[in-house]
This record gives sequence, C-alpha cells and structure tokens, in this order.
Amino acid sequence: MTTPLEAVGPGTARRRTGAESPAVTPQRLPLRKRLWRDRVMLALTLPGLLYFLVFHYVPLFGYVAAFQDYQPYIGFLDSQWVGLQNFATMLGDPRFWDAVGNTLRITLTQLVLFFPAPIALALLLNSVVSEKLRRFVQSVVYLPHFIGWVIIVSIFQQVVGGAGVLPDVLESAGLPRYDMMTDPDAFPLLVTLQVIWKDCGWGTIIFLAALLSIPSELYEAAAMDGAGRWRRLWHVTLPGITPIVILLLILNLGSILSVGFEQILLQRDAVGPESGEVLDTFVYFNGVQDGQWGPAAAVGLVKAVVGAVLVLGANKVAHLLGHEGVYRNAGR
Amino acid sequence: MRAGDRPAWMEKPSRLGAGLKAIVITAITLLVIYPFVGVLGTSLSSESEIARSGGFVLLPTSPQLDAYRAVFDGGTVTRALLVSVLVTSIGTLAGVTVTVCMAYGLSRREVTGSKWILMVALFTMLFNPGIIANFLLVNQLGLLNSFGALVLPSLVSAFNLVVLRSFFMNLPGELLESARMDGAGDLRILARIVLPLSKAVIAVVSLFYAVAYWNNFFNALLYIDDSERHPLPNILRTFILQGRTLESAVGTEAPAPVQAIQMAVLVVAIVPILLVYPFLQRYFTKGVLTGAIKG
Repeated sequence: MTTPLEAVGPGTARRRTGAESPAVTPQRLPLRKRLWRDRVMLALTLPGLLYFLVFHYVPLFGYVAAFQDYQPYIGFLDSQWVGLQNFATMLGDPRFWDAVGNTLRITLTQLVLFFPAPIALALLLNSVVSEKLRRFVQSVVYLPHFIGWVIIVSIFQQVVGGAGVLPDVLESAGLPRYDMMTDPDAFPLLVTLQVIWKDCGWGTIIFLAALLSIPSELYEAAAMDGAGRWRRLWHVTLPGITPIVILLLILNLGSILSVGFEQILLQRDAVGPESGEVLDTFVYFNGVQDGQWGPAAAVGLVKAVVGAVLVLGANKVAHLLGHEGVYRNAGR
Repeated sequence: MRAGDRPAWMEKPSRLGAGLKAIVITAITLLVIYPFVGVLGTSLSSESEIARSGGFVLLPTSPQLDAYRAVFDGGTVTRALLVSVLVTSIGTLAGVTVTVCMAYGLSRREVTGSKWILMVALFTMLFNPGIIANFLLVNQLGLLNSFGALVLPSLVSAFNLVVLRSFFMNLPGELLESARMDGAGDLRILARIVLPLSKAVIAVVSLFYAVAYWNNFFNALLYIDDSERHPLPNILRTFILQGRTLESAVGTEAPAPVQAIQMAVLVVAIVPILLVYPFLQRYFTKGVLTGAIKG
C-alpha cells in the first residue's frame, strides 16, 4: 500500500520546497529544531489529524473481529479466536453471493448508463454559446446533488411508485399499471436513474473545467484547417478531456464494490434481499442488525481489501499509460 | 443568444441542431424542477384534488395549509427538526473550525511533516473503513446513543480540506511575507489576513458541511437506538417510505391528507437546502471550486 505514496512522498516534497523557497534551508536544521520552528502550524493540524486517525485508521483494527467469534459485550481481548472460520461461513452463505451479484450488476449498470451522462451533459452545456443561459441551466442541474437520499427516494416513490404518477399515465394510455419501485428486475435501472437525477449535473463540473482549459486557439486552428463541428469534437475536445475521464474511471473502478449504501438500504425491502441486497447492506443487516459480527466483519474486510487493491492497481495502470494517477494529482 | 458571443470562426448552428438542443435542454431542466413543484403542490392540496390528479398535484386550485398545521402539531416532526438544527449547526461550526485550522497548518510546504499529514488525510478519500469497523469504534469510544455519534464520525471531509488548503496556498505570498516581516506570528496571520481574504470559500465549505449534516441519516440509523432522538431524515424514512409500505400491506389506497402531510414533511426538509443553495451556486458557476478539484 505504501509504494505509490512513497513515490511522491518525501523525495518530491524536498525537491519542491528547495526549488520554491531557496532562502530557507530546512534540511540543514535538525528535526527537533524544525519541529519547534513549525510548532504553531503543526499544532493547528492536530485536531484534524487526530480526527482522521481515530475515525478512519483506528477502525481498521476492528477487523480483527473477522478472525474472532466477536461479542460486543466481551470485547476484542476476550472474544474467542476462530481463525478463518468466518470466511468459510461467508463463502458458504448464498446470501453473500446474492449480494456480490447484485453489487456487480448495479455498478455495471451505473458504469454503462451513469458514467457517460455527465460527459454528454458537459459537452452539451459547453456548446451553449449564451453565457446567461448556460449559468441558469448549470444552477438548475447542480441542485439535486444537495438533496439527501431519503428525499430523493421519497420523490421517486411519488413519481414512479405504485400510487404514483407513472402507473396512472400508463393506465390512461391503455397499458397495465407498473410499479417500478417493487420490480426486482428493474432495481439496478431504478437505482441508476436515481443516481443520474441526483448527480449527473454535479458531475459536469469537473468536465466543464477540463473543457474550459482547452485553449480556444486549438479550435480556431482546426476550424481554419477546415475541420467541421464534429471533427473538432473528435480531434480537439475529446483528447482534451481524456485524462480526466481516465482519472475518474480509475476512481470508479476502486469503488466498484460500493454502491450507495443509504440509497439502497432505503429501497432494499421493497424488492426483497434476493435482488436488493448489496455488500454494504449485507454487512449492515448481518452484523449490526443480527449480531453476526464475525462473519459480517469478514465480508467487510474482504470488500475493503479488494477495493484497495482495485484502486491501487488501476492507478498503476494509469501511470503505465502515461497519465497522472490519483495520488500525484491529489498531492500536488 | 447574442451573435456577439460566437467567435468568428465558428459556423452558425443549423436550425434543426439549435432546435434539438433547445428541446433537450428544456427537457433536462424540467425533469429537475418537476418533482419539486409536485411535492410543494401536493403538500398544499386538498384530499379530493390529490385523488383527482393521481397523487401528484402541480398547481393546487385552492391552496391550503392544513398539512403544515398537522405536521407542526404532531410533535414528532418538530422534535426531529430540533435535532436536525442542533446537529447541523454544531457539526458545521466544529467541522469548519477544525478544517480551517488543519488546512492553514498544511498550507505551507516547508512545514516539517506537512506532506505526510496531508497524505494521511488524502488517503481517506480512497478507502472507507466500512460499517462494521465504524460501528465497533463508536461502540468502543462509548459514543453509542450520544449526540457526539451524530457529529464526530463525519467531522472533517478530506475534500473540503483540499479545497481550503489550495485556496490558502494561492493567497498572495507577498502579503503573508510582509506581515511576517512586521513580526506577526502564524496565528495572527491566520486571523488578520488569511481568514478575511477567504470568507467566500469558507462560506462554501460551511454550506457543504451544513448540507451534509442536514441530509445525514446514516449516523442516527447506526448509532442512535431511540427514535425520539432521530433527526429529520430518519423521520422522513419511517413516515414516508416505511409508512407507505404499511398502508399498501393493508390494501387500502393511501388517504389523501396523509399524502399531503408526507409532502409537507418533505418540503420542510427541502426548503432549508433551497434557501442556502443560491449562495452556494454563485460560487460553483464562478468556478471557485474547479481549481481546487483539479489541483
């Protein structure tokens, strides 16, 4: 896990500071003195650092429960060690495999239908010449991002649910009433439609920024050379946003096992666990609700490890392809 | 569309193309706005009107406030609203304070170890400890069923930290340098120079936190057993999503006033977001965030 971090860790930091503030020579001072010199700044970072350590790193130790017959009232120290038994339980549990299947089905649907949507919308917005109109549309489509999942699911219930608008429209058109909210087969599509409604507009921000950073001389030169609208799109616009598209694909691959926990938890019961259970909700119901802490922790651990491997692996691939990966981008 | 906005080399759009574009953009805008109008309309409607229009009224003919009276009489919603307001205001205040301090502390590259501290924070964007691990931690800390469980687990977001840090780093260096020459310490520079120059971005980050706390139902679901102390989103869930399944189990059509009341609760949950949104939105379209996101 540390290799990509080290690649941009102390080495680059030292080089950069050296280049940017030649007057200061922090390397010459011993560590103690440097810490004393920076004591105020470092003290300011402490509460935040403490938060990240306690709430994002310390919980990782909780995964020892995956190797125990963990009982909350006994604690980690006295719970019985069971080796890999929880993992065996997990692999033998058909509900676990249901959850894996559903998770992958939903992420795949989202990758195909949701991922390109903000790119398309950004291209559309970018082609709107009137600044005023563009700003107006932007402020409308960004709004749903700030609406919570409970509200969104309630709204969908009202529109496409059993007593909602859609079944009435279908009926008046002579078609049978259809309740999308309780149709197990439509669940991945339903969930994806909700994500599109919530975040398609918000997702355009990053692509619009990339589109704006393409120098307009490129377009002008292409137009001079006789490239029409579509050829400019293909040869100027798309290459201009490719790096950011790849970066976001990588981030997506890393979270392929996580599909909106809140969103799905809210709707799992309407379609039943066979098609509505995903890994996160499985862990929640199995562990927090039913008290099967050991097996649930095993599932959580497998999911976290596979997720981390996917992110790091995809990042490596991006580096090999010559693109800046996540860390280098974030660390700058 | 003014012709002056178009660069000289760009061809005029064909009438068909422009027409199609206009239709698509209008459709997208309406798809976003329609549910909001419907929720508001239904919350103001009478029983017969809701029945007539199939459960979603866009324009009530004779608006009435009965549903809102029922909502605020009930006690449940009022209490949940109070919890939500408390969680949102305390969480936002604490979160912004900690984030601003940390971002400022990390805003100068020469500070020893700041690179590592930043990495510790950034790495949390890539992995999530998971539900079980978080639950066991909150349990071990003795925070279960406490107010702290609603605030602390989501106190700082690495994303907001990055936004603030890159804004601080782009402040004019000469200004900070001259203050230092005059003998101002790091804290004084933060209070007298950095904070006044960063009001806008701090406002945006505060609103991000506020919206996140306002919408959060996960913390209460996981850590608070007593539903009397649940915030508004959790009440929405039991009231609208679970309440509805109960009714359909009995097999009766949902009585209309119930639907108006449900929509009224939704309105109560949405309105605060709509109120702060104009302030937020000004900054996105101006691109305050894009630099930070890219950086």
